[in-house]
Amino acid sequence: MTFRKYLVLAGITVFSTAGDSLLARGMKELGSVNVSLHNVSTLLLAILNPWVALGILFLLTFFACYMSALSWADLTYVLPATSLGYVLVALIAHFSFHEVISTTRWLGIALIAAGVGFVAAGPSVTSSHEPQNSRDAVSQEVEL
Amino acid sequence: MNEIYAWAAIALIILASTTGDVLLSYSMKRVGDVGELWKQRGVLAVLGRVLATPTIALGLMAMGVAFYSLLFGLSWGNLSLVVPASASLTFVANAVAARIFLHERVGRRRWIAALLVAAGVVLMAV
Repeated sequence: MTFRKYLVLAGITVFSTAGDSLLARGMKELGSVNVSLHNVSTLLLAILNPWVALGILFLLTFFACYMSALSWADLTYVLPATSLGYVLVALIAHFSFHEVISTTRWLGIALIAAGVGFVAAGPSVTSSHEPQNSRDAVSQEVEL
Repeated sequence: MNEIYAWAAIALIILASTTGDVLLSYSMKRVGDVGELWKQRGVLAVLGRVLATPTIALGLMAMGVAFYSLLFGLSWGNLSLVVPASASLTFVANAVAARIFLHERVGRRRWIAALLVAAGVVLMAV
């Protein structure tokens, strides 16, 4: 795992969270749109809203990061990174918007963070049939 | 009755998104390390190899099914039931599927992590 790979994992967390938030903000600005075939034009026009457009751009970036990460790391290694987004949203809500976070939610944050820490401390690839170097091979044995 | 529909939608979300994730992971493992490929052959080689992998399209279709199941699920059940139930169970289902289909060595460390994250997601959404 290089620094650049950790950056890609951070990109998954940040861009998926920011993309979802931007989309939510844009769609609220547009008002409630009935998702149906009769409203396809309204939905297509939604991308003209700058928040929605930026949200889609962010989600595309997230997807590029996600695909890239899956090309060099296990699915079970990458997935917990996506859940850090929940934590990020809660922390931003708390520190920027001074929303009150209940004890249950703090407990949830702690559990997710612990889970991510557990995975991140282990090897990133275990499925490869031909380990790239001997150190990878050793970490595979340890995981067994 | 709506509750049964909601749980059916949740089951479909879990099935579809797990299928999608497994297919995407499988495809990208076949493509190989994207960073290395980009460095050696350029971005066009990356795009070419990604587009030449048919299982990616299948994965995206599965993701689409999951997305629409979520929309239907939300129309039958509460947001506070459908989202945490499907998100957290998807984590566990992915760990099982990655072990069976991707031959990932899901050791004790990753089982604990999957359960911790799944429990955390439920608590966050309560």
